Amino acid sequence: MLWIAQRASAAVLALCVAVHLAMIIYAVQGGLTAAEILERTRGNAGWLAFYSVFVLAVTIHAPIGLRSVFAEWLGWRGRSRDVVLSLFALLIAWMGMRAALGVFA
Amino acid sequence: MVHRLSGIALAVFLPLHFWVLGSAIEGEMSLGSSLAWTEQPLVKLGEWAIVLALAAHLGGGLRVLALEFLPWRDWQKGLAAAAAALTVAVGLALALAL
Repeated sequence: MLWIAQRASAAVLALCVAVHLAMIIYAVQGGLTAAEILERTRGNAGWLAFYSVFVLAVTIHAPIGLRSVFAEWLGWRGRSRDVVLSLFALLIAWMGMRAALGVFA
Repeated sequence: MVHRLSGIALAVFLPLHFWVLGSAIEGEMSLGSSLAWTEQPLVKLGEWAIVLALAAHLGGGLRVLALEFLPWRDWQKGLAAAAAALTVAVGLALALAL
């Protein structure tokens, strides 16, 4: 189940990251100011939807990836690890959606 | 190894990234002061490194997906090379733009 979730979220992220990288390169041309960024992004429902999907996919992908790293590099397995990673998932979901809403809503 | 290290770096970076962008919800001034902090040379270098890590993780991830799901093993070298090329290209593009 986690294996499938990791691959499925990876496939979604491959597309999201490619778009995001293109966006970064476009956005940094000529420097960044808060006013410039927000002027372009605010009220854009399409990008809000895109970044909501991005945040959801990252919320699935990052904790599952860290789960393997913790087990193989730190020998940290079992319930305590999974509880910590679940909290990490909740944290990035909440912070990610707050950021997406702040920039695009 | 590159895939793993870049993944860890991205996991550490994410909350910070969201925190800075989340300050937009408190208004333009707040995001502006967060962005002013990013003008420091070391932070610039860190930004460049994290974008490179993102590109590297994308390239490595595409390679893993290709190895696991595609039957055409001959494509491996081509895909790995393409991933490396993409990484360098994106890193360079950012280095020039920043």
